[in-house]
Amino acid sequence: MTILEADRLSISFGGVRAIDGVSIAIESGQVFSIIGPNGSGKTTLFNLVSGIYTPNDGNVRLGGETVTGLTPDRLARRGLSRTFQNLQIFSRMSVLENVMVGRHRHEHTGILAELLHWPSVTRQNEATREAARMVLGRVGLAEAADRPAASLAYGALKRLEIARALASEPKLLLLDEPAAGCNAVETQEIDRVIRSIVKDGTTVVLVEHDMRLVMNISDRVHVLASGRTLAEGTPDEVRSNPAVIEAYLGVHGSQEAAHALD
Amino acid sequence: MRKIIDMRLLPVLAITAIVVVLPYFFPSAYYYRIGALVLIFALAVVGLNLLMGFAGQVSLGHAGFLGIGAYSVAIGPGYFGAPSWLCLFVGAMLSGVVAFLVGRPILRLKGHYLAVATLGFGLLVAIVLTNEAGFTGGPDGMSVPKLVLFGWSARGADAWYWIAGATFIGGFLLALNLMQSPTGRALQAIHDSEIAALVLGVDVARKKLTIFTISAMYASVAGSYLALFNGHITPDVAGFLRSIELVAMVVLGGMGSIVGSLVGAVVLVVLPQALTVFHEYEQALLGLIVMVFMIFLRRGIVPSLATKFAGWRK
Repeated sequence: MTILEADRLSISFGGVRAIDGVSIAIESGQVFSIIGPNGSGKTTLFNLVSGIYTPNDGNVRLGGETVTGLTPDRLARRGLSRTFQNLQIFSRMSVLENVMVGRHRHEHTGILAELLHWPSVTRQNEATREAARMVLGRVGLAEAADRPAASLAYGALKRLEIARALASEPKLLLLDEPAAGCNAVETQEIDRVIRSIVKDGTTVVLVEHDMRLVMNISDRVHVLASGRTLAEGTPDEVRSNPAVIEAYLGVHGSQEAAHALD
Repeated sequence: MRKIIDMRLLPVLAITAIVVVLPYFFPSAYYYRIGALVLIFALAVVGLNLLMGFAGQVSLGHAGFLGIGAYSVAIGPGYFGAPSWLCLFVGAMLSGVVAFLVGRPILRLKGHYLAVATLGFGLLVAIVLTNEAGFTGGPDGMSVPKLVLFGWSARGADAWYWIAGATFIGGFLLALNLMQSPTGRALQAIHDSEIAALVLGVDVARKKLTIFTISAMYASVAGSYLALFNGHITPDVAGFLRSIELVAMVVLGGMGSIVGSLVGAVVLVVLPQALTVFHEYEQALLGLIVMVFMIFLRRGIVPSLATKFAGWRK
């Protein structure tokens, strides 16, 4: 089943076509990676799909329904969540509270009940806290629950962002460079977390520069260059595609690479 | 034995104890008057702190809502013969509706732009109150009938001390409740990262509007109290300086600290009274003291001191 379809998406910024007629189709349960050189439009494509930008052209369908132009919060309530390349942590809150915010779309208390601290609010807080603790456990942060979020190390913050998004129980999770700036151990931890997410039935879309991680974990890889689709296929197909090698290494570099392979 | 009372309620109980015990040390009725003023302002400051300290949205026009509340209890009984307590409720509702209507367009603005837009709103209310002299008495203001409840007339500073105290504690409790709820968490999230709150499904625009409306209602009730307590009201209640004073109380006491709201109100109401002995240097000294507070306790009095004490205990 196709969970997300983007059809000929385009967006321009001041005359520059940042994304130019890109179509993707993502099957449920997959890890779908988007790669490309710097400035090729990966994050822009993410922003279009997650509702942060509205495309000038094209359509986005989530689970068969057209969602083009919906705001990120409405998309989140339809089961699409994401993380950010530059961390967006709630730094004044504790680690656990960060994840509790992720439960927001599953919380149902009215403002009057909240002001009066009705028993329903106490129950909701308890349920949210429990659910958030479970999710923290999944990304290996259970021990850090009560620490201020700002006190965590970089790699842990990356996992905290994933946990927060996971807490909203998304059907589709977009991860924008989850391993950027992480060391080898932290990257391995991210790899493990992504695998466990997929195993639990969430579809993952990944933008990532760490090629080892991408090639290891992805079912399909979509390659962008200058805002256009360059190639798409399994990791093996993409790896051996001459156009992809050229985009990454330049024409000269690809000749060198060809020589080296001879 | 561990949980006889909810730990959550500890600050409320502490504040209640202080409000109840303090009058035993008041040497004269004048102190009741200052106490009542502190508590009335603290009520408005708690509301503004919900907006500024928790949700991270500034308002430089909050005195506009003080004005709506104040003139509701002046105009309602004066022209329509409605009882004051009813006018107080109607004023709070009216403030809520106005905040809702004004908030929809302006809460989309951020930072300085929001500050200037709210500033404009405050000026607008003050100008209307000044110019509609037929109803409001213009710049000279108008007198406000006494509050009468079940045949008992609220007159005297001590009566208002207790009324303002009870209301402040109620407002304090509601604010505390709200902060420890799903909406409270969403508001704090908005403060730190709007975009992250959005992608987690928080309807940011609606949450901002909700808290702006609630904080306007706090200000409105405080404005009504101020008018009923003083017995006379002028458009200054809605003026720019009042708005700035409220913001200063929030920041001085501590953004996001509900106890800080009371402390901020105490400092900025009591200090000018205490400094009157310095005559013409009163304002200058007040400015200096506030500067010194902000330099040494830069996150506001309560949060900064709390951090220091936590540091000492280790």
